[in-house]
Amino acid sequence: MSKTILTIDDSASIRQMVVMTLAAAGHEVIEAINGADGYTKATTNTVHAVITDLNMPVLNGIEFIRKYRQHPSSKGVPIILLTTESDEELKRQAKEAGATGWIVKPFKQDQLLAVIKKVTGA
Amino acid sequence: MSFPDPTETFRQEARELLEQLEQGLLDLEQNPANDDLINSTFRALHTIKGSGAMFGFTAVANFVHEFETAFDQVRKGQTVATPALIEVALNAKDHIHKLIEQPDTKLAGGEAILVALRAVIDGANAPAAAVPEAPSKGALIELDLDMPAEAPAPATLADLTESIWRIRFHLPGDALVYGTNPLLLLEEIAAIGPCTITALTDAIPSLEAIDPEVTYLGWQVDLTTAEDPSAALDDVFMFLRDGMELSVVKLDGASPAATEPTAPAIAAAPAPIAAPPAKAPVATPKPAKAKAKDTPAPMQEAKAAQPAEKDKAPASSSMRVDAERLDELMDRVGELVIAQARLTQIAAMSQDGNLKTIAEELERLSSGLRDTTMGIRMVPIGTLFSRFRRLVHDLSRDLDKDIEFITTGEDTELDKTMIERLADPLVHLIRNSVDHGLESPEKRLAAGKPPKGTVRLSAVYAGAEVAISVSDDGAGLNTERIRAKAEENGLITAETKLTEQELNQLIFAPGFSTAKEVTSLSGRGVGMDVVKRTIDGLRGSIDVATKPGAGSTMTLRLPLTLAIIDGMLVRVGNGRYTIPLSAVEECVELPDGVEANARGRNFLDIRGSLVPFLRLREVFNTAAPAEPHQKVVIVSSGEGRVGLVVDQIIGNNQTVIKQLSKLHSAIKSFSGATILGDGTVALILDTAHLVGFGQTYVDRNKSEGKAA
Repeated sequence: MSKTILTIDDSASIRQMVVMTLAAAGHEVIEAINGADGYTKATTNTVHAVITDLNMPVLNGIEFIRKYRQHPSSKGVPIILLTTESDEELKRQAKEAGATGWIVKPFKQDQLLAVIKKVTGA
Repeated sequence: MSFPDPTETFRQEARELLEQLEQGLLDLEQNPANDDLINSTFRALHTIKGSGAMFGFTAVANFVHEFETAFDQVRKGQTVATPALIEVALNAKDHIHKLIEQPDTKLAGGEAILVALRAVIDGANAPAAAVPEAPSKGALIELDLDMPAEAPAPATLADLTESIWRIRFHLPGDALVYGTNPLLLLEEIAAIGPCTITALTDAIPSLEAIDPEVTYLGWQVDLTTAEDPSAALDDVFMFLRDGMELSVVKLDGASPAATEPTAPAIAAAPAPIAAPPAKAPVATPKPAKAKAKDTPAPMQEAKAAQPAEKDKAPASSSMRVDAERLDELMDRVGELVIAQARLTQIAAMSQDGNLKTIAEELERLSSGLRDTTMGIRMVPIGTLFSRFRRLVHDLSRDLDKDIEFITTGEDTELDKTMIERLADPLVHLIRNSVDHGLESPEKRLAAGKPPKGTVRLSAVYAGAEVAISVSDDGAGLNTERIRAKAEENGLITAETKLTEQELNQLIFAPGFSTAKEVTSLSGRGVGMDVVKRTIDGLRGSIDVATKPGAGSTMTLRLPLTLAIIDGMLVRVGNGRYTIPLSAVEECVELPDGVEANARGRNFLDIRGSLVPFLRLREVFNTAAPAEPHQKVVIVSSGEGRVGLVVDQIIGNNQTVIKQLSKLHSAIKSFSGATILGDGTVALILDTAHLVGFGQTYVDRNKSEGKAA
């Protein structure tokens, strides 16, 4: 079943990569360019999963997760961290804030799909 | 849907970012302390690195990583963005630009720029400031590349036999809210091999306590697979490893497909265990793993042990409760007992059999509840005893007396409040024993005793009471000196005849002290009377036994509790009174012969021994005419016995003791009051006082009789 997935990244190329990969698998993808934009889009659309970068202007990834998890519509929505960091501390902070899982950049397309399948079942 | 070439998108993006980087660096030169500038510069670098790695610009990613690492020192405030640094950084930016635009050309100069960058940073910083070395980056990239979801480790020879693995897991409580779907996890496990899934419902709280968003369920999956599923499970639980409980235990190897493993397999395969894993998880040998991933075997062992312990672990055998809450509980039980007494009274007047039955049932239950509640408040007296070791030790040193301190009966339990209030009296008694009781070593030797004196502190149950005694093997009380002192203080006259027991009791009189010299410890004339008063306050009594030259023993008799007692309800005239049942020895009828106003002969012959008796009618000045057949309740305290003449014995009742107000504190005959079933108040007789009163009453009568 097709899912609606929100990708939040300040890098257009990464967003494009995500969009291409997920659209090819039949999902609908919404793009946001930073955490604040992401928050607006996450709370005004029905999303089945969120993929977010960590290091972004305006509202960074962890701040986004914290804010979004305060919103009732976030309940049960998986949030996947997309990050260049393999830094355990950042991962831990993100998990505490309410992240569901993570993908380390650079990733392969099938890895992204595998993680999306893992958390959404599709 | 068609997309532009992602590589081109990246180039486009990188150009913008580099532009941004350049602007940032130039602004920074003007304004080196601006955090916003530093952060945006850093972020630009970071994005170029991340995206570059995504789209195959490995050279860019590696170079930017070095750049970023160096620049991180600026971000952390360890280095200032000096013009020199900005200059090198701009060179680096140009280099990145070239790397992106001409990816296929071998570019020289990158290393030189990095060296210059490090030199600048090291120069600006202390020489010791080490820049992370290049190889770390290479390793990082490599690691990232093969990070998730690789195929499980290839099957080893040992894995050829199918076996059942029992997987138990509990997710973190917030897992559902945070987007983890347990169903998907179970599906993933099911994809590994055929399995049976059982939900573990033991952690589900009662309905009122359920938070609908919290994950309470756990799951047990019996998975049949040829391979050790640990590696596959690591992938399943990839995002949850640290927050969850997971145990994986191999069950009996006898699965339907089980075959005899070949010889080399035995060496590598885990020994099958017969016992259910939950009972012996620690003994379970872990499979020799082909597993490469993180979770170390010992950690899994520990995890496996956890749920098993939970399964059989009895709740902790004791818990701490606030003393105030115990007092509150006791109060409530007291109120319940009073209510129950009312019910019993009503039932007694009723013809309703059902009511009578339920009243009896409730009486039984409330009395059980009372005992249990009192039991909860009981504390071993050993906690108190252990405090005195230090006291004796210090006294021994200060007085230069060699003392052996022996305690027995530390297990004896008393009401907590009682134990607290006993501390001071016992300190006095022990001091007295050590100071006055025990002789100096020289005197002891002269008296043929071992130079080392002994002080014993013991506690023992005596019916509904506890007897605590302090004894020493010292000189014993000097009755002559007590007498002399009492006469000197005007407590008695030279003519007063006293039994030895009565004489000994004089030491508890206020202002009495026999010590010739006042030491730092005792002999100030305060102490023993305070002890007496405290013990009276606890509805206890003190006995003194002494043997000249052999020592003395002070015995405190204390009720087990202060709050509720069993009482005997009696009637005198129109008033009702409660006598603590623990003090009652027996009840007899008052013979007709002593009915007359025989002032000199207020004694009853109780099986050969003469017991003085008090007419409570007289003591209480009761006007109502006496019943034709009066009863005598024989009560005892440490000092003796006395008969209390009453009009009627009503029966036993549970007595909830209420303290009398301060206004009534001067009234010695009563120790408290209780509320009866019909709501009226009955006063509780202070038996210790009445026994003493009876003695003097009798003495006075005796002397008057003689004088007459």
